[in-house]
Amino acid sequence: MESPNLLEMRGIAKRFGAVQASDGVDLTLKCGDILGLLGENGAGKTTLMNILFGVYAADAGRIAIDGRTISIHSSADALAHGIGMVHQHFHLVPRLTVLENLMVGQSGRGWRLDRGFALGRMREIERSLGLRLPPDARVGDLTIGEQQRLEIIKALIRGARILILDEPTAALTPQEAEGLFIALRAMAEQRMGVIFISHKLHEILAVTTRVVIMQQGRVVAETANDDTVSKKRLAEWMTGHEITPPSKVSTTPGRVRLRIENMQTRGGVRPSLKGVCLEVRGGEILGIAGVSGNGQAELADVIAGVLPASGGTLEINGTAVSRFTPGVVQALEVGRIPEDRMGTGLVTSLPLRNCMVLSRIRERRFSRWGFLKHRAIGDFADQQIRSFGIKAAGNHVATGTLSGGNLQKALLARELAWEPTLLLAAQPTRGLDIAAARFVHQRFLDLRGRDGAIVLISEDLEEIFALSDRIAVMFEGRIMDVLDIQAATVAKIGLLMAGVREAA
Amino acid sequence: MTGIRLELRAQCPWWLNILLPLTAVGATLVLCSGLVVLAGADILTAYSKLFLSSLSTAFNRVETLVKAAPLVFTGLAVTVAFRAKFWNIGAEGQLLAGAMAAAFIGARPGLPAWSLVPLMIAGGALAGSAWALVPAVLKTRYKVDDVVTTLLLNFVLFYAMMALLDGPWKDPLSGYPDSPDIRMESEFPILLRATRLHLGVLLAALAAAGVWLLLRHTTLGFEIDAVGENPNAARYAGINLTAVILFTAAVSGALAGLAGVGEVAGIHFQVMAGLSPGYGYTGIVIAMLARLNPVGVVPAAVFFAIIITGAEAMSRATGVPVFLADVIQGMALVTMLAALMLTQYRIRWNRPEHA
Repeated sequence: MESPNLLEMRGIAKRFGAVQASDGVDLTLKCGDILGLLGENGAGKTTLMNILFGVYAADAGRIAIDGRTISIHSSADALAHGIGMVHQHFHLVPRLTVLENLMVGQSGRGWRLDRGFALGRMREIERSLGLRLPPDARVGDLTIGEQQRLEIIKALIRGARILILDEPTAALTPQEAEGLFIALRAMAEQRMGVIFISHKLHEILAVTTRVVIMQQGRVVAETANDDTVSKKRLAEWMTGHEITPPSKVSTTPGRVRLRIENMQTRGGVRPSLKGVCLEVRGGEILGIAGVSGNGQAELADVIAGVLPASGGTLEINGTAVSRFTPGVVQALEVGRIPEDRMGTGLVTSLPLRNCMVLSRIRERRFSRWGFLKHRAIGDFADQQIRSFGIKAAGNHVATGTLSGGNLQKALLARELAWEPTLLLAAQPTRGLDIAAARFVHQRFLDLRGRDGAIVLISEDLEEIFALSDRIAVMFEGRIMDVLDIQAATVAKIGLLMAGVREAA
Repeated sequence: MTGIRLELRAQCPWWLNILLPLTAVGATLVLCSGLVVLAGADILTAYSKLFLSSLSTAFNRVETLVKAAPLVFTGLAVTVAFRAKFWNIGAEGQLLAGAMAAAFIGARPGLPAWSLVPLMIAGGALAGSAWALVPAVLKTRYKVDDVVTTLLLNFVLFYAMMALLDGPWKDPLSGYPDSPDIRMESEFPILLRATRLHLGVLLAALAAAGVWLLLRHTTLGFEIDAVGENPNAARYAGINLTAVILFTAAVSGALAGLAGVGEVAGIHFQVMAGLSPGYGYTGIVIAMLARLNPVGVVPAAVFFAIIITGAEAMSRATGVPVFLADVIQGMALVTMLAALMLTQYRIRWNRPEHA
């Protein structure tokens, strides 16, 4: 007799205002399944998982585990039923040790925390799944990959048999991602179930056993991950039409747009730059690869004029920058796509139209004698919404109501409207679906074709390889090496990202 | 199992902006009715006295407007500051600074008569600004918490004022700890014969329009909102955070200072201990009820003026202490803060299990 399914979701529906985020979704997970959940931004993957994890209540539908219908009202309920979730952003306490983080929220004996129990469970998981961590290391000292491992262990210690991973590889090196996949396969062998959300098709193909594709709140395709499945087919299922890769024409490097020599910053809370030298010319995309936290964000902040340098020189379009303010840098035709769209790019609680002109409001075009030209601002916002295909109910909606891909388009629309000659882009397609990412990439290549220079900071090596003319790898505040795209391989870059320089 | 849970809202519908303050006020009155009963009065009689007496005669209606003027000013002062997330709890002190400047200028014998009123207005606004800039500079330069500094500076100013009134600034004629009266020519003109409807009331209405214009139609208002909602994004976009916060504080302080000018030049003609019965603090409640909208500040201020003037009549008629007005003010802030949560979240009832 066949055993009941590990997890069954039937007819799950959820409506947010006018949007049917989940429209009668059925999803089945068997023991030993690694289920890839694919879909564009706003297709309803996250909503579905949030319903499963007790963050939202479904309007309709039924959830069963081992054939028994259950009700989930909170994350605690979900955990009690053996459902664990690892979010994109970790929920860890950096000042505590690995073991202490595992004990947070666990009931101990009376007032005392049960260190022995947690340690024992940790050893068990290490033996059965190969997930190893030093129990007394401070979490703040762990790499992103290790912190993620800790999140997984935390879910397992709380008894998770179904593990939801939301874009787990976004911040990992290729080697770390491979390590994660090994652990996931081990869990599948232990008859657990994994739901794996990712935009990276090669990972879906590499690790999953089945793939479910969602579109506009519905499941549009479901398939076993066998030889008939290819990246191309998955992409077409997701978007509903054929995807053409961006066309990269050859350009001849023009004048020097950015020159950095021996750039240094003081450390402290943030990693410091220890003598960075770079040069980028017009018509060129310089990819900067590296594991996050090795100074890439700081490099971008220095060029953007937000973080003052403590040494070295910065030259933009032939002008030496001595005063580090965003205004000064903007005047030198620098555009900026920050990594943290919601935090430093847009003001989510303000109307979209305000965000569209945030950095240019004092220009004659949008204000005169200190008074706003509402009509001009609205017209400009509408025009950008149209030409970038931003899905929004109008230019008055709160910016934060847009989906991730549309937020990124809005940011691009603002920064590219001024024809910057140098564009700083950090993680420009993180969390974006294929169509949106292609759109962003095409705009970058357009700018490159118009003699613009782009500094592309990304943890997505596929992106770096697809766009860059040259690739620089950062490690601990230094540039390890700069490789021409013809000479670069994933293996070489991966080693450099880990701080290993090949012997000459 | 049934229960309630909160869910994030995608958008806040417009009608909530009107419904929320009304709900908050309604809840406040229900909560405060317990105190009315404790005082041994009939709830309906007490509340009808509280609200209707201030509107019963033409004279009372004008008096209510006169009472509303300083509240409009302080409500606007708090509105401007809070929009930039400059937590100015110091409107009370800035009001007193403005009042002191006005009383000082208004009593100068050497100044030409025509210059007195304009000088008092300008001087009072400047004094309020200057006093508000102290915590603003501490915040922008040394990252000192503005809630603490603005609040504590109220007491610094109040006791400094009392020290002056008990010493060098004491009125030599009366001998009370009051400042000397301002000159006749310094008094604000009366707009309606045989009432106290003075120039300050008109100024308050103009100020509301001015703040609306500033916040809605100028680049500075645009930047104030950006800095308040996300200072990081504003900074990355090239907006000068320090300049915007200092400007906001200056405007906020000037508005509070004008409240003080109006009280001196239109009502008391001197400064004394009881010049402001906490107008600066009531301004915070008003600004919150108005949801930081300058147009909403006017009805919110009138509402509190009704309660404050009506409290006397209610007390005479029913024996409920006038302090009920203060309780209502405080409670309205609490209920409004609770109600504000509903702009971000919606309440969902977990339905009972369906098998």
